[in-house]
Amino acid sequence: MSAVGHAPPPFFKRGPAPLVRLAFFVSLSLILLIADLRFHTLELARMAVATVAWPLQRLTWMPIDAATDFGAYLAMQSTLLKENEDLRRRQLGKANLLLRQLHLEQENKRLRALLDMRARLPVEGRIAEILYAARDPFSRRVIIDKGLQHGIGAGQAVVDDIGVIGQVTRVFPLTAEVLLLTDKDQAIPVEVQRNGLRAVLAGAGAGMMELRFLAANAEVQIGDILVTSGLDGVYLPGLPVAKVVKTDRDSAYSFARITCAPLAGVERHGLALVLGSRTALPPQPDEAPATVEAPGRSKRIKTKEKAR
Amino acid sequence: MQPTQSSRRILLPVKNWFIVLTLFLALLLNLIPFGRLPGIPDWVALVLAFWCIHQPLKVGMAAAFVLGLAMDVVDASVMGQHALAYVLLAFAAAGLSRRVLWFPLAQQALQLLPLLLGMQLVMMAVRMATGAEFPGVPWFLSSFTAALLWHPVTYLLLTPQFRPEDKDVHRPI
Repeated sequence: MSAVGHAPPPFFKRGPAPLVRLAFFVSLSLILLIADLRFHTLELARMAVATVAWPLQRLTWMPIDAATDFGAYLAMQSTLLKENEDLRRRQLGKANLLLRQLHLEQENKRLRALLDMRARLPVEGRIAEILYAARDPFSRRVIIDKGLQHGIGAGQAVVDDIGVIGQVTRVFPLTAEVLLLTDKDQAIPVEVQRNGLRAVLAGAGAGMMELRFLAANAEVQIGDILVTSGLDGVYLPGLPVAKVVKTDRDSAYSFARITCAPLAGVERHGLALVLGSRTALPPQPDEAPATVEAPGRSKRIKTKEKAR
Repeated sequence: MQPTQSSRRILLPVKNWFIVLTLFLALLLNLIPFGRLPGIPDWVALVLAFWCIHQPLKVGMAAAFVLGLAMDVVDASVMGQHALAYVLLAFAAAGLSRRVLWFPLAQQALQLLPLLLGMQLVMMAVRMATGAEFPGVPWFLSSFTAALLWHPVTYLLLTPQFRPEDKDVHRPI
């Protein structure tokens, strides 16, 4: 029942008319939208609110955490044994590479010293747990449990045991937001492992990605593995990213439509490794054309790096 | 047929702290991370629409704006997206408040559904205008679940305002 009976009659003080209030709040929201989307000026306010909301968020997960813990407690022993055996087998399969890694690194360092090249700095990583996928249905982001307090910064690459899953785009004191590779806003420079053809891979929605701006006769086959080319100064070169699943060469268009599926468990949850930021590339000469990337994203990351 | 005020019982005045508490609890429910599971209702929108319809003088667009900003941060969406949608929802619900309470609860829910769908459409328009991906048709399911929940939510939120039908000295409440 409406409260009109208890309130003063309308000819007393009722504040501005509803339409005036609507116009005020709508224009305020639109200003916020533009400030956030165009100029990225609200990150500090966002961080403040997120820090206050964090304990509440943890509180709401307690029932869910309890349910998962209970489920894990009831896991069958056979499942555990099988998983253990799988892991051991995989470790043995990788042992060959791992054992030679140290040797190869030493040799690489000597050769580089001989060639008088700048030694590649070993990049340290930090293990983080993916807490949950953000509720926002329009983008693909996950939240990890490491943040500013643990030395995570925006722009760092995030990988799992198979390949790249995304990039840190926003840091809070205790958590960080990772934009997944399958997001439409995310672009990553890659090369085809088989022949070194360089291209830009961008999210296409629905968990897939596409290779953009490749000529219709480009040398790409189904099953090709794409690895990072490292041209952007964010990702280390050679990290596996995706696999080509469909090529569509229609001569009506000047570019081929090449659909790729991510190799790493981009949409699965578990542990991830946040790689340390790379040392900055030498500054680009002014006359060089700008690198091909999603314009908004690249600008944002670059300004962040400059600030650091 | 003559429309009748569905709740003939005279209600007690609402407590301000109860409104704040329910809105806060709705915000907590919205914090539960369900990921991309379709059909999870937007609790804040539902409770906000309820109070905008039942108490249009106490809960309005200002509350909607503040709640929207809180949702924008915890949802990792663009600042102002939820705020804009909730403000429009609050405006429409307040406009509905004089009329909708004369209908039975099922028809009230039917009138609420376009408001919730419109709110989702506003959010989609804002995000897709800036190049985000289409979230898929199942995303709109959440409005339908919210409309289905209108009946239980009405009883739950009005419970503190009900008074006993006939006064009994042995049963004060």
